[in-house]
Amino acid sequence: MTIERNPGFDLNLDWLESIQVNKSAIERRAASLGTRRSVKKQHQTAWLLKAITLIDLTTLAGDDTELRVKRLCAKAKNPIRHDLVAALGIEDMHLTTGAVCVYHDMLSTAAKALEGTDIHLAAVSTGFPAGLTPLHLKLEEIKESVKAGADEIDIVITRKHVFAENWQALYDEVKAYRQACGEAHMKTILATGEISTLRNVAKASMVCMLAGADFIKTSTGKESVNATLPVSLAMIRQIREFYVRTGYKVGYKPAGGISKAKDALVYLSMMKEELGDDWLQADLFRFGASSLLGDIERQLEHQVSGHYSAAHRHAIA
Amino acid sequence: MTTINIKDIFNNMDYGKAPESPAPALEWLAQQNNKMSHFIGGDWHAGKDHFDSTNPATGECLAKVAQADENTVNLAVKAAQKALPKWQALSGHERGEYLYAIARLIQKNTRLFAVLETLDNGKPIRESRDIDVPLAIRHFYHHAGWAQLIESELPNHQAIGVVGQIIPWNFPLLMLAWKVAPALATGNTIVIKPAEFTSLTALLFAEICQQAGLPKGVLNVVTGDGSTGQHIVQHPEIKKIAFTGSTAVGRWIRQATAGSGKKLSLELGGKSAFIVCADADLDAAVEGVVDAIWFNQGQVCCAGSRLLVQEAVAERFHKKLIDRMHKLRIGDPLDKSIDMGAIIDPRQQQKIATLVQAGVDAGASLNQSTADLPKVGCFYPPTLLTDVSPSDQVVQDEIFGPVLVSMTFRTPSEAVALANNSRYGLAASIWSENINMAMHLTPLVQAGIVWINCTNMMDAAAGFGGVKESGFGREGGKEGLYEYLQLKTNSANQTKAPAAKQPAKIIEPVPGMDKTPKMYIGGKQVRPDGGYSYPILNNKGQLITHAGLGNRKDVRNAVEAAANSPTWAQMNAYQRQQVMYFMAENLSYRKAEFAERLVASGHSKKQAETEVQTSIQRLSYYAAWCDKYDGQIHSVPLRGVAMAMHEPIGVIAIQCPDEAPLLSFISLLAPALAMGNRVVMTASTAFPLAALDFYQVLNTSDVPAGTVNILSGNQAELTKPLAGHMNVDAMWSFGADAELVEHESATNLKRTWTHSNRKDWLNANQGQGVEFLRQATQVKNIWTPYGE
Repeated sequence: MTIERNPGFDLNLDWLESIQVNKSAIERRAASLGTRRSVKKQHQTAWLLKAITLIDLTTLAGDDTELRVKRLCAKAKNPIRHDLVAALGIEDMHLTTGAVCVYHDMLSTAAKALEGTDIHLAAVSTGFPAGLTPLHLKLEEIKESVKAGADEIDIVITRKHVFAENWQALYDEVKAYRQACGEAHMKTILATGEISTLRNVAKASMVCMLAGADFIKTSTGKESVNATLPVSLAMIRQIREFYVRTGYKVGYKPAGGISKAKDALVYLSMMKEELGDDWLQADLFRFGASSLLGDIERQLEHQVSGHYSAAHRHAIA
Repeated sequence: MTTINIKDIFNNMDYGKAPESPAPALEWLAQQNNKMSHFIGGDWHAGKDHFDSTNPATGECLAKVAQADENTVNLAVKAAQKALPKWQALSGHERGEYLYAIARLIQKNTRLFAVLETLDNGKPIRESRDIDVPLAIRHFYHHAGWAQLIESELPNHQAIGVVGQIIPWNFPLLMLAWKVAPALATGNTIVIKPAEFTSLTALLFAEICQQAGLPKGVLNVVTGDGSTGQHIVQHPEIKKIAFTGSTAVGRWIRQATAGSGKKLSLELGGKSAFIVCADADLDAAVEGVVDAIWFNQGQVCCAGSRLLVQEAVAERFHKKLIDRMHKLRIGDPLDKSIDMGAIIDPRQQQKIATLVQAGVDAGASLNQSTADLPKVGCFYPPTLLTDVSPSDQVVQDEIFGPVLVSMTFRTPSEAVALANNSRYGLAASIWSENINMAMHLTPLVQAGIVWINCTNMMDAAAGFGGVKESGFGREGGKEGLYEYLQLKTNSANQTKAPAAKQPAKIIEPVPGMDKTPKMYIGGKQVRPDGGYSYPILNNKGQLITHAGLGNRKDVRNAVEAAANSPTWAQMNAYQRQQVMYFMAENLSYRKAEFAERLVASGHSKKQAETEVQTSIQRLSYYAAWCDKYDGQIHSVPLRGVAMAMHEPIGVIAIQCPDEAPLLSFISLLAPALAMGNRVVMTASTAFPLAALDFYQVLNTSDVPAGTVNILSGNQAELTKPLAGHMNVDAMWSFGADAELVEHESATNLKRTWTHSNRKDWLNANQGQGVEFLRQATQVKNIWTPYGE
């Protein structure tokens, strides 16, 4: 499946004005997502394998080193223990994670480590996580990262524009980032834990899509509240709205806080129910996660062996 | 597991099956040899005749269920009577402990209850597991608390006795809990009949009660069809009937119990409006529709089955809704990933199909899920009918299936007009992000429950029940307890006031009394339509004057005047209070005149003066109440509020008694007015003058025309047209024929308040009180979740 890239559109304030989000209703829907759908046995196995291919395996810590990032890339290339792959009979699928996501400084190491694979390389950018560095530096940062081998750029929006409801400023900023990205795909991080209300989240989502986002993403992972189901619903319903209005499909990336295989299944069924099967593929859906993979592996071993597994039996990233 | 399968699934990302095992429930049925008994007096009674209880999803017989005949019902009532004294002698705390034990035991068997319910009813296991059973448990916990608190919180109230309860098949266990928990908490004993399609969880519940050590005979479960229900309804020792089911059966029960003195609560059909304003969160409202009409296959009395969408967003909303409808999964109710299960019975399925076809034939556009339905079992796809109008049968009739009809509106007032254009009035759901809009529509829609930006929310702490032909009475909340209680004065402390002496014959006219009192309709004095008058005598038989002999046309005119006069209901409580104080003041100016009238009718001077003075006090008493009979905020488990608002009933017809002709008239008029009702009063036949004279007070007190209408004549002749009038919302009758009033009230299921005992109107304990206000109001529960 190839997705035609969102070219971006003029800022349409009418569309923004028509956005309504009822928090309680969204929470009720979020609460019933996991109880309305249940995926069991080999279906669960297949869904968990799918989830692996959607992971942006991430390290974004001040103490990251080249050797640490190499280890992460090794895990991205071989996300499942060899004997489990054999037992599942999926050697020929050559499953990997969807991407590796690092700071700019680690790009060259990661690019080398991922050479010859289909794994995307994402860099967080634009003064991540706060995004309050000067604009021209942020634009330079994007260009540098693209040059260094990133084919995906995760930018952060300037939150104060949301609080001021200065949608024009937000639009202009994101549009400039998109131009700086060039061929690289742009994920726009809204920092949903900071912009707080679902109404803000929904409106910022729409502005970013109009400005040319390829993905909208919840969080930096550094806020105290990261991806949640209600926030996800508020965002993906805007993706649906954008698709209905423009015909372009924009991707979604919840980041931070998704660490259990069970949660991943709920997210997948949410995407399937609210947006459709196209949004179950890596070009339209990613998990920004670091510990999720380990839990999925434990579940896969359980499916294969019938016994509950332990974390130390699976390679760390 | 096959590898090909995993790769296929990886590519198509299907859900697969996630079946809940029926084994434990089937095992429980096998333990009963798949042949169920009645539960009477704490023991199991094998029935003589049996019928099949089938699984609607497969058509297979789950068990044979016993058919109770009259003897069986008699046995159950006897057992309940026998258990009554000891059960009532228990302290509230002790009764509460039994309720608590029942709650705990259901909790210990949640999955068994859920699976058995789904097998028997066909509803998705998700619903029985996550909604029906937890809400039933919640009901017992909540009422365990009430058992303990009733004594202090509802003093002067006592249990009714043996109550008969007849419940429907759509929420078998939950409806049982709604009926049984408050009845037990208040100290009644029970004969309950589950619906014939779904008797099984009631019998499992009986087993739970045995385990809980509930005293024998406190709860009796008899199974059977409608004929069993009839025996319960007609049993003379059953003092109260609580029924949930169709409006047709409810109407029959009203007629069958007319004049029996049985207390009645009816929770009947609905065609509830689901109003989507242009500024609503449309995606949220779409999910609301799913929970409204595609919940329990639409077999929900309060289902939001009439969609009203504001024109500006109608097209967008319909598109979203149709997309969502196609995502619904229909099939094996035991599959945990199923949204809609089986329809209860092939006859119901046929009824749905016939109604939908009639809608299509009448021009409706059919939008229906194209999902594959199972080959066996009883299924019907989610359906949306657009291009319908209020004149279509599918818009008017309750379909009781997964069928939504949709109309559009232009303005808030048109939304209200469409919403209220129904015989029913159970619930309404309002979607708007504008608090002004939502709170504006809320009091205007005629419904017992209003859900703002939510739907089908229920909890033990909030009352559930309707207005209009959706029945009367509330289940849940403090308001629900009254359905199982009576005032202690009703039975023991009722003093019988002396009967008013009826004059025998005309002897001679009293000189100087040539004033001819007219009737009072729409703020004007009017002569009777028939052109006849009748003589009014004093207690010595002397002719005082003549009064108009009202007939059914006068009734028609008076009701029309009341119904078409909205002003009084729109005034705020403070304004009504001012008018009522003004009435008291104006009556006191005319003290002497009214006393004279009473003397002319035969009162002593002292009696007459006392009665007038008490009447003035009573007007003030209810004027005081105008702005003080507050509703409640219920503590439901929700970030939000559930407001129980007291609303006027509408048009109340009041038949005044003979005794204390001025005071009784005032004592009934004033509470009705204080709460914002409009009234049609029929004056005492023998002593109408005080009532007829009262128009002078009304005229000088700024009471809007049509608020109070006063008829005179032969009450016996006015009763039938009034009680049967479909625009009268309630009828209070004192001394008139209770049976006739209750029987005729079935036309539109108006609320009735009938009295066989005379009241001593001068006695404040009998002649006034909060009970009068309760009768003059109905509770609207308004659910408003909030959060930003």
